[in-house]
Amino acid sequence: MTAVASTGGSVDRPNRPAPLSTTSGSAFAGRPRYGEMAIKLFLRVAAAVTIATTVGILIALAIPSIGFFAEVPVLEFLFGTRWAPRFADASFGVLPLITATAWTTALALVVAVPLGLGAAIFLAEYASPRLRKVLKPVLEILAGVPTVVYGYFALQFVQSTVFKEWLGLPTGAFSVLAAGLVMGVMIIPTIASISEDSMSAVPQALRQGSAALGANRMQTTLRVVFPAALSGIVAAIVLGISRAVGETMIVAIAAGSQARLVANPLEQGQTMTGFIANAALGDSRVGSIEYDTLFAVGLLLFLITLLINFISIRFVRRFREAY
Amino acid sequence: MRTIGTTISASIRPERPIASGTNGERRPLALLFLVLLWLSLVVAFGVLVTLIVTIVIDGQNQFTWRLFTEFPASSPDRAGARPAILGSMWVIATTAVLTIPLGVAAAVHLEEFADKKNWFNRAVELNVQNLAAVPSIVYGLLALAFLSALGVRDKNIVIAGALALSLLILPVIIIATREALRSVPMEIRQGSLALGATQWQTVWRQTLPSAVPGIATGAILALSRALGEAAPLLVLGALVFVSFDPDGIFSGYTTLPIQIFNWTGRPQEGFHELAAAASVLLLVLLVLMNGVAIFIRNKFQKRW
Amino acid sequence: MNESTETEMVLPATSNQTVRVHARASEHFLPEEPRGVLQCEKVDVYYGNFRAVTGVDLKFGLNEITALIGPSGCGKSTLLRSLNRMNDLVDGARVEGKILFQGEDMYGKKVDPIEVRRRIGMVFQKPNPFPKSIYDNIAYGPRVTGMRVDSMDDLVEEALTKAALWGEVKDKLKQSAYGLSGGQQQRLCIARTIAVKPDVILMDEPCSALDPIATVKIEDLMHDLREEYTIVIVTHNMQQAARVADRTAFFTALADEGTGDRTGVLVEFGKTKQIFEQPADQRTEDYISGRFG
Repeated sequence: MTAVASTGGSVDRPNRPAPLSTTSGSAFAGRPRYGEMAIKLFLRVAAAVTIATTVGILIALAIPSIGFFAEVPVLEFLFGTRWAPRFADASFGVLPLITATAWTTALALVVAVPLGLGAAIFLAEYASPRLRKVLKPVLEILAGVPTVVYGYFALQFVQSTVFKEWLGLPTGAFSVLAAGLVMGVMIIPTIASISEDSMSAVPQALRQGSAALGANRMQTTLRVVFPAALSGIVAAIVLGISRAVGETMIVAIAAGSQARLVANPLEQGQTMTGFIANAALGDSRVGSIEYDTLFAVGLLLFLITLLINFISIRFVRRFREAY
Repeated sequence: MRTIGTTISASIRPERPIASGTNGERRPLALLFLVLLWLSLVVAFGVLVTLIVTIVIDGQNQFTWRLFTEFPASSPDRAGARPAILGSMWVIATTAVLTIPLGVAAAVHLEEFADKKNWFNRAVELNVQNLAAVPSIVYGLLALAFLSALGVRDKNIVIAGALALSLLILPVIIIATREALRSVPMEIRQGSLALGATQWQTVWRQTLPSAVPGIATGAILALSRALGEAAPLLVLGALVFVSFDPDGIFSGYTTLPIQIFNWTGRPQEGFHELAAAASVLLLVLLVLMNGVAIFIRNKFQKRW
Repeated sequence: MNESTETEMVLPATSNQTVRVHARASEHFLPEEPRGVLQCEKVDVYYGNFRAVTGVDLKFGLNEITALIGPSGCGKSTLLRSLNRMNDLVDGARVEGKILFQGEDMYGKKVDPIEVRRRIGMVFQKPNPFPKSIYDNIAYGPRVTGMRVDSMDDLVEEALTKAALWGEVKDKLKQSAYGLSGGQQQRLCIARTIAVKPDVILMDEPCSALDPIATVKIEDLMHDLREEYTIVIVTHNMQQAARVADRTAFFTALADEGTGDRTGVLVEFGKTKQIFEQPADQRTEDYISGRFG
């Protein structure tokens, strides 16, 4: 007598009662589901694609770089001060690119850190929930503007109109300052959003404890909430640095294309990303030194951003352990 | 209890009556602080508004049908962004086809099937976080090297650009999908399993359908980011004079951001106006895409 | 030194609970009427349109411990938070009636709420030390309120001593406050409050998150603090009220027929001994004897 009467078949179950015991001995062994195993394999492969991407990036950057460093000594690359890879008497000192990148990043931070933190503090500590609901998305719009458009703005409005026309500053068609400042505005939402999350996560009990002692809101914000949220705030700033270093279009359009050691922000300069963007416009033969140079600079860029991200993780961990 | 109450009593407290007429929240320093905070927001929004006003004013003359119907030309009076608009659509569509299934699959694996303590899976998680922070131009270099290794000569084809952009936004899609999956309550999954469904059946029939609004929102936002990207495509040689409509994934192409970059770099003022007009168009497209994403989220997002 | 002879009080015959009252309470001279340093006159507290507590007339006596007891939901904590204007921080909170502090209307137009909170301190249900060192937790209050202090080290030592914590932490002042146990953290919060030299200390169920041993330590501390400060404590543990309080106010909740909202009302207020032994109101007696709540 079969133990289970079937009630008609479904897609997954056969139209007869399943035997309670099978040859494998277990009362509960079902049919092997090959379709599902295949699907699960596919899912795992999809996840592995991300690792393949990282490995791919490393290989893609490393191989031409090896070719590059066979021709150019590493020390000359890292510490040389003349960058002229396409000239007849080529020179491969990358310091000009690094200084230009440093300038634009620093200028961006000068804008983004105070404004971003100010916005974050206001949203987290002072704004009513309704105001926050309106302001936060508007702040995100700053992050959504394509960087080409920022580049246009930096070149046509900030550099041409504001710096040259209105202020009459001694500057040319491009400047590191225009690019850096506009880049800073682009980064404000990055710093603001993560900092605000970090401050909002500070428990209300701490604010109440401070208020109950007779502190006003500014004191509570600066002396209790801000230090408690510091790890998240530092992480936000470091992420902002990372974005500034890796940004391409704004600097390609507005900072200039002459690789030189920038001493005055009103001068033009070429960043690492700017070089890659500009150099790739020409036709470089695969395997040529020009081609390899692209990847050498790309490798340097990648390693720098990797280092910055690594520092951010370490920083966050150290602060989190403090209290 | 010994009484050493001398120190606190001896210290000179500001012994004010409580009805002092002042308000601790209104002390000058506190007010200045509040003003500075407001200023931060005002400056940030001010720049945004200035930017929008600038491109609208600069581009106003060029906002004609010609922008949509004509090809780029050597003279700004005859130029339009038609191939760029079509090219953007081709590239974004191809990117979506490539990256959404892959990203959703990876996220489903990580969230529903992976043993969280397994080293492989933890490596993948760490990896996704890292990849999200890699500069976009590096993805262009990756695609360039990959295609060179495959022996592809002309990399200015739709599928190449889509490849670079797909890898670029893949981490974003994975992260967004994971969030969406996480927001589906455990009870739903457990109810399904308790009825005898397999894990995959549960995911396919219960979890994933519930997560679709979140996934759709995340995907549209990621694609809108890809729409605005130019750097990876530059590396692949997209900055060429394109005077034809793209007609396939192996076709040559250009995109709106590339076209804007191109026109901005030209000396003639007319091209700058075109660049501004095209920028306005790009922003409008992005606003539409984000609007759709937010609409989907608000209308279809289940509130558990 | 305070002696502790224990007196047993037997509650009304219907209950089988016995409550011990430390004789400290009865040795400490208690005037018939409290010398009110803090006073409520016909106080109602609203959150928006919802009336949380109504018709409160209370006098909190100088150097006395007053307990607010009653079942949950009858506005005791709400009232407490009105006593140092912490409710100002809640949207829509509103106080009607008068709350007088040393004769002045605390909610008057010219009153600085920040100063109110310095003079009337508060200890919370769950200890909430700042993520700073023990030293900095204590020093925080004096620093932000602009106290001019000759020696911050001495002030910190004194506050911790008065809070009966000095011996346990004197060698680790620079360590994080989070390294202390729950009971120690609560005493730290008390020390922190003392450091700004308030006149009144409000305590909102200060022991409910602590174990019994820590609770005893804090109750002993309250008795010591009473010498210098006026204390108001909200507690849902009536035995605790019987143990520590000089006077007790009993609250209950009335349900509004229409909305079902429950509004707190003050039922009875008097010396603790009288409230527990000879309650004047039947509701008080019901609560004390455990019939409800």
